[in-house]
Amino acid sequence: MTDPKLITLTIEGRAVSVPEGTTILEAAKTAGVLIPHYCYHPGLKIAGVCRMCLVEVEKFPKLAPSCATTVGEGQVVHVYSQKALDARKGVLELLLINHPLDCPICDQAGECELQDYTFQEGRADSRYREPKRFNPAEDFGGDVMYVTNRCILCTRCVRFMEDVAGDEALCVEERGDRARIGIAPDHDLSHPWAANVIDLCPVGALVSKDFLNKARAWELDRTASVCPNCSQGCNVTLETRDGNVVRMKPRSNADVNQYYMCDEGRLSYQWINRADRLETPVVAGKLASWEAALAVAGAALKGASAHVVAGPSLSNESLWLLKQAAGTGTFRVTRGAEAPLPGVKDLALRADRAPNATGAELLGFSRADQPLAGAGKVVVIAGDDCDGLDMSALSGADTVIFLGTVAPQGLPAGAILLPIANFAEEEGTFTNLRGRAQRYLQARPAPGMARAGWMALAGLAAAVGKPGAFDSAEAVFRAMAKAEAAFSGMSYDSLGLKGQMAAGAGVTA
Amino acid sequence: MGYPHKSHPRETPILSKYFGDPEARTLEGWKARGGYKALPQALATDPVAVQNIVKESGLRGRGGAGFPTGLKWSFMKLGDGKPHYLCCNADESEPGTFKDREIMRWTPHQLIEGCAIAAHAIGAETTYIYIRGEFTEPIAVMEKALDEARAAGVIGPNACGSGKTINMWVHRGAGAYICGEETALMNSIEGRRGNPRIKPPFPAVAGVFGMPTTVNNVETLAAVPHILNNGAEWYKAMCLGSPKSTGSKLFSVCGNVARPGNYEVPMGFSFKEFLYDLCGGPLPGRKFKAIIPGGSSVPVITIEEAEQVKMDYEGFMEFGTMLGSGGVIIFDDAQSMPKQLARLARFYAHESCAQCTQCREGTAWMTKILERIVAGQGTYEDLDTIFELTENMTGKTICVLSDSCGAPVCSGITRFRGEFEALISGKRSSTVAVTA
Repeated sequence: MTDPKLITLTIEGRAVSVPEGTTILEAAKTAGVLIPHYCYHPGLKIAGVCRMCLVEVEKFPKLAPSCATTVGEGQVVHVYSQKALDARKGVLELLLINHPLDCPICDQAGECELQDYTFQEGRADSRYREPKRFNPAEDFGGDVMYVTNRCILCTRCVRFMEDVAGDEALCVEERGDRARIGIAPDHDLSHPWAANVIDLCPVGALVSKDFLNKARAWELDRTASVCPNCSQGCNVTLETRDGNVVRMKPRSNADVNQYYMCDEGRLSYQWINRADRLETPVVAGKLASWEAALAVAGAALKGASAHVVAGPSLSNESLWLLKQAAGTGTFRVTRGAEAPLPGVKDLALRADRAPNATGAELLGFSRADQPLAGAGKVVVIAGDDCDGLDMSALSGADTVIFLGTVAPQGLPAGAILLPIANFAEEEGTFTNLRGRAQRYLQARPAPGMARAGWMALAGLAAAVGKPGAFDSAEAVFRAMAKAEAAFSGMSYDSLGLKGQMAAGAGVTA
Repeated sequence: MGYPHKSHPRETPILSKYFGDPEARTLEGWKARGGYKALPQALATDPVAVQNIVKESGLRGRGGAGFPTGLKWSFMKLGDGKPHYLCCNADESEPGTFKDREIMRWTPHQLIEGCAIAAHAIGAETTYIYIRGEFTEPIAVMEKALDEARAAGVIGPNACGSGKTINMWVHRGAGAYICGEETALMNSIEGRRGNPRIKPPFPAVAGVFGMPTTVNNVETLAAVPHILNNGAEWYKAMCLGSPKSTGSKLFSVCGNVARPGNYEVPMGFSFKEFLYDLCGGPLPGRKFKAIIPGGSSVPVITIEEAEQVKMDYEGFMEFGTMLGSGGVIIFDDAQSMPKQLARLARFYAHESCAQCTQCREGTAWMTKILERIVAGQGTYEDLDTIFELTENMTGKTICVLSDSCGAPVCSGITRFRGEFEALISGKRSSTVAVTA
């Protein structure tokens, strides 16, 4: 592949060199200038309709829409010239004349590009004296509510459904100022990826029914994470209010999920907040301290040949420590229907409904339909992926050690229960089905005495006399990267927030 | 004119010579009147040579923009291996314009011949004649003529025995003004919503179905056979004003005038004589007040200005307006300009395709302000707002519909401000005419 030809131009006094064919809007980003825009989205076809991104290009007779104008050698672009500012101020005024200005009751407030750009470049007052246009809100199906009056007709949603989701459910209805987004007869937004239109909508026109009136944008804390609901490993942002996850949104990663995540993943977050959690270690039916519980568990494990059942939702760090403490074993993955997003290469809701089956395999664990089958005297069950396991296989066991967030049904009464954090309550990494190791960060505190998975398992490893003195997930990862060829050379720094491919990965999927 | 009245002696009927003559509609009748002489010759001529004759003639687009036709054809890269398309723009949706309707209605073969020559000149095997949906009679006439021409082998897989393929189809519009804009027209032909496309790419690079396309107006194409028959020099000689405007032009005249209709005159004809002589002047007891000379999208001028105009591209430009499509809309002293302009603005608000913000919201807002002024609820600030709004709506959108809403309104306020201020100050109601 030959390098593309570079074009040099000046944007707001800064010289930038970008590949030929780049738009002025994208080139400006490299110069540190975000040109205000609505209809443009890097993942969608260019529409050029909002006219918000108008800039002045020297020697051009008219202002140019920077999203639809490619760079030229020696161009001189003025984003903040009076002419460009006046034009954008004019667009903002026009976008607002029929807008209900209902920010106080709008879910988008605080993360609304109409608010932001109006604040930045708009008029302080309005000259509009006429009655405002009114259309009732409409339920578009799926998770999507259309609040017609707030719509600025940028058509991002239409283009996403048509070009990316491949389902022509949305269109622009009517003309002139009567125009609105319409839904095709016998269609709704129940497409498995349709809720992305909520994120794509730059204003409060398409809102999530699930999130409706739950929280204001400025009350939310945001944490970079990875969706735990299938093996695709979509990068997400966990949004919490007072420690509760109230929304999960895609975080862009060109190599994994671009800008999107599926509806099933997006809407499966309530379990993170469940209150009936295991909060304290339990030994022989009695609450115990961590020290006491780990001592009992370590004594039972030491020298024994344990039957190990791993959870494909545990982090790489936890799985590796599990291997240190008790050896490898088997795991079972819940399966579901695949649902691809046609417009993006290699992006789907995957059949494996767990985030780290590939990581488990790379670390030596193997798949099994009934992982408890053939359980012996000492059994370790790590992780919550226990639904439907045949617990009667445990009848002959002397010691059952369970690490998880909620004790499963059918566990023997004498089991040692070690409470651990769920993925939102700890730091760690998952390896997606293509072998990409990706970090997730802690978004909320673990309940009671529950410990991060890596911490609990490091304790267990220490209790059986293995190295277990780790003070952070990062330290565990570093040790794992030294010991395991698949993760060789990796560190939290090298993973960053976009992840890195594990060696020899991708073959197991 | 030709229909419904006989041509005025001072007209130069070339395109309109057989208006009103039903026999000119048939293939035989058209041949008897000198038709289909140019086509076989053109098909035997190198396409570039045909382009050059048209370039030499000075023919410019009659749809409104006045772009040199031969030059436009030369943008089509011949022999690039791609299918080329010719689109004949017969949408004629510009208020005040009805010349293409008459060309298709009376002389369909004139248009077919022009299309076929143009198709040859740009290397197109397929021509779409995109006709305004409401033109039911012209559509029927064109369909019939195309059937005849196909049956006679004038067009088709072996047009006029030349071995060249010239297919031609009528595509009926569905009633949107904006489909007269060339890129919206192409979307409409493709079966999409008639929204204008961003340029570039220009149609000559990627037009209908993404292929090189030329879009020409009906009147432009109808003039081509005459240029080929009589030569570029003959065409160029029809010029009474600027040398940049040549040939004859059809003007559709409507409004408050004694003899409305289509008039064909050489470029540069005196507008004063045109109005008072050819069109018969104002209605009895009335006086001309204002004129929109080129279809509703161009600025309005006063009668005093109009009387000095030479009717060509440059002549109208001199007075801040445009030749446009040649749709002359006349207002006399019984009309309220605010009311007329409010009605025009309402048209644009209704027809905006709703893509660009300035157009979608601006046309509707302008209409509301104007209608409020007409209702006697206006303020002086409203007039300032209209000017600023127009500034905001001009030169900033994908197509020029937005500009076209502001142009007549602002020019109208500038020239007839007294009428607006009278309504605002409550001295007059909109039903009583006010002289500027």
